[in-house]
Amino acid sequence: MRIGLFIPCYIDQFYPRVGVATLRLLERFADRLPRDAGNGAAPQIVFPRQQTCCGQPMANAGCVADAAPVAELFTAAFADCDYVVGPSGSCVAMIRKHYHGLVRDEAALAALQNKTYELCEFLVDVLGIESIDGKFPGRVGLHQSCHGVRELGLAQGSERVLPDFSKVRTLLQGIEGLELTGLDRPDECCGFGGTFAVFEEAVSCMMGRDRVADHERHGAEVLASADMSCLMHLGGLIRREEKPIRTMHVAEIMCEALRIPIDV
Amino acid sequence: MKSSRDQVLADLRTNAPPPTPLPELAGDWIAYDDPLAQFTAVLEGIGGRVRVVHGDEELRAAVAEVQQQVAAANTLSVAPAAPGNVDPASLSDPHDLADIDLAVLTGDFAVAENGAVWVTDRQLPLRIAYFICQHLVLIVPAAAVVPTMHAAYDRLAAMHDGEGEFATPAFGCFVSGPSKTADIEQSLVIGAHGARSLTVLFTG
Amino acid sequence: MSSAHAAAAAEFVANDERAHWHDQALWFVRSKRDKQAHSLPEWERLRELASAIKLHTMSHLPALLEQFEANATRLGAKVHWARDAAEHNAIVHGILAEHDVRRVCKSKSMLTEECHLNPYLERHGIEVTDTDLGEWIVQLREEPPSHIVLPAIHIKKEEVGELFHRKLGTDAGATDPKYLTESARQKLREKFLAADAGITGVNFGMADTGGFVVCTNEGNADLGASLPRLHIASMGIEKLIPRAADLGVFLRLLARSATGQPITTYSSHFHGPPPGGELHIVLVDNGRSRLLGSEEFRRSLNCIRCGACMNTCPVYRRSGGHSYAVTVPGPIGSIINPARDPAEHNSLPYACSLCGSCSDVCPVKIDLHSQLLVWRREIVARGLLGRGKRLLMKLTGAVLRRPWLYRTGGRLARFGLKYSPRWLVYTRLNPWGKQRELPEPPKQSFRAWYAKHHKRD
Repeated sequence: MRIGLFIPCYIDQFYPRVGVATLRLLERFADRLPRDAGNGAAPQIVFPRQQTCCGQPMANAGCVADAAPVAELFTAAFADCDYVVGPSGSCVAMIRKHYHGLVRDEAALAALQNKTYELCEFLVDVLGIESIDGKFPGRVGLHQSCHGVRELGLAQGSERVLPDFSKVRTLLQGIEGLELTGLDRPDECCGFGGTFAVFEEAVSCMMGRDRVADHERHGAEVLASADMSCLMHLGGLIRREEKPIRTMHVAEIMCEALRIPIDV
Repeated sequence: MKSSRDQVLADLRTNAPPPTPLPELAGDWIAYDDPLAQFTAVLEGIGGRVRVVHGDEELRAAVAEVQQQVAAANTLSVAPAAPGNVDPASLSDPHDLADIDLAVLTGDFAVAENGAVWVTDRQLPLRIAYFICQHLVLIVPAAAVVPTMHAAYDRLAAMHDGEGEFATPAFGCFVSGPSKTADIEQSLVIGAHGARSLTVLFTG
Repeated sequence: MSSAHAAAAAEFVANDERAHWHDQALWFVRSKRDKQAHSLPEWERLRELASAIKLHTMSHLPALLEQFEANATRLGAKVHWARDAAEHNAIVHGILAEHDVRRVCKSKSMLTEECHLNPYLERHGIEVTDTDLGEWIVQLREEPPSHIVLPAIHIKKEEVGELFHRKLGTDAGATDPKYLTESARQKLREKFLAADAGITGVNFGMADTGGFVVCTNEGNADLGASLPRLHIASMGIEKLIPRAADLGVFLRLLARSATGQPITTYSSHFHGPPPGGELHIVLVDNGRSRLLGSEEFRRSLNCIRCGACMNTCPVYRRSGGHSYAVTVPGPIGSIINPARDPAEHNSLPYACSLCGSCSDVCPVKIDLHSQLLVWRREIVARGLLGRGKRLLMKLTGAVLRRPWLYRTGGRLARFGLKYSPRWLVYTRLNPWGKQRELPEPPKQSFRAWYAKHHKRD
């Protein structure tokens, strides 16, 4: 059993801590998966080095011809994995929801889409984790990313009239000392949106500042998300305005609660 | 050259997608223990008033109360128990109703989920009466409250001995509350162009 | 220009106080919608039904239109067909001219906005008064509506007060919405009573009865249509539904989605002309049959014009309807307008962070954000994306498809970011850095760390 570690390009380059935290969490919990029926080997976590990016920047701009070779590369890189797990809802949504037409081999594409998971989703749905033990003192504002909520179904969006749930919240809410703060607008977009962040810079930044302000009003000390791209945008605004609020990927919070060092 | 009609239809035929089925409208719709109470709660929430009256005497008193409240000089009424001072027979043109202060008209039935009352121009051919009056009273049988709009359309389809409300030329309207607008800064103002107040009198 | 919306939006956002006021006003409407939607446990079922009914209608449109026409005619209405906006305007004018009409009261109709009917009739010497309060305000200001349900949502009460003072002679400095609305009521009463004809839009046309429904809160459509002897209803051919009973579904969804009301104050059902009057129905195509032929975008014809996608759209709320420069703005407008003229409206599919909220509020389940993404592909395929953006994407793709180039590029970027002075990084050419910091470059990438720690892989 091979779990392929999918570290999106911008996390690879700018947030290696998130990559390491993801790896360490998978190492901690992978034994929940069955051992190999033949040789009894434990599940193995691998990082396919040919991976670069899921292709979302180009695909979201409409440039499918530029996205397709990147998607092909990605599909090939993870061909021999049983699972693909990544710490970014948006990138995972790209693969699961928007790869049609980008990858020629339909069977390979279907296989990839069926085995690809966002980290929290993998922990909850595949590994069956119901809560994370340990301590993390602090007031945490949870930013539920749009693609996580509305494309991957990691939580129930506020627009729908269906029972409420959130897989990310499930993981965080049992952590001792961690207080989840609320929001006036529970799942409004932060304004990152990939190329939108630069094509529509003014609106994007206003959206981001509004999101941060909502968290501030509710007393969040840490702004957490399962989507690092949202945090790259929100963190960029927070740092420019020198606000007393930290951004953390939920994988980092879980590692800290479990006292797993992020040794990078 | 093709007529525009034939051209549009031809273009639509060329471009029509593969047929999909028309769904049945059955559903497990919301039910209210007390439809009249639900109707009242909704209508009062949107600025209307509701009274239940028993017998002609109470009806007359309720209408008189509204008349007094709104200081109505000209009242048009189709209710024999509470006649107005404007003779419906004297009205032939919609413009004749411009000065009606209070109209006392009837509704066929009410809808609990949204506080709407079904009215038509079958009793009073001048349908403008529902809209041009300054204040409106609608008299509805208390037994005629349906829970949802689905039930409302079922009822309309069964009217006129099963012919259906829409089989012959007529005007009908669901009226839910007094006329209103929020077009200036989203602040709600009652009394936009139509009636400034609506009172529904349920006759029990 | 593929950045037309972005430029207009930046201008709107520049007035921070006003942009937030606008955002808050529309979020308030979205919140009211949520409350109403959550009052019905069957909400999602209603959306499913509405979507299925509309899809069925679109796949049977010619037959249903013929059925509608036959029934409407039987009831005594006169049905006209218009291929495009020009023909629609000519038909309407023809009817008005035949009746020697000088003054018309019109209720809110996005179709007549789309056809630019007002200026056409005014050129022919006919006075047209938009009687929906919001529409009348924008008419007096000589500007288009900024929202399809709330046409004057971008205007402050002080501005309405000043406008009414100038045009109607209301008290100087008066800003109370109640007072201003009352003044409009008085003035528009005169217009209603003096009108020779009424023009309305159509919310739903029912094929099985030949009638149609018009929804308002103010009662303006009824005053406009029922005082004069002549009523003209302009109806887009996509407004059809097969059965009157389907209204049970649509009227439950429409006002709840639009303004968070359980139903509009007036849902008027017109079946035939009033005694002694005339009723004309103008069925308008104007590009709709072409849209029906597009597999990707035909679902946008399901739209019932509730405006919920605008109220929820984080971009619309912060950029204002006028930044779209079209009759129907927001998410749905960013689909149907490029369908009319992709070169003109090439920036609209990009006025979207792809958050998907519009698709989830849509009462007829149009996959709005997915269609916007498809439109971006179309824009690129037709060579309509700006050259700079196109080049940037080509370059990015070229790097990302080559792992070695990606590794090298990443190293260079982190190195550059670490050692370059701020003035070199935060330039005008770096829109990211205008208001945001770039990420702090770590000393190594994840893959470099991984390589060190997992030599055997």
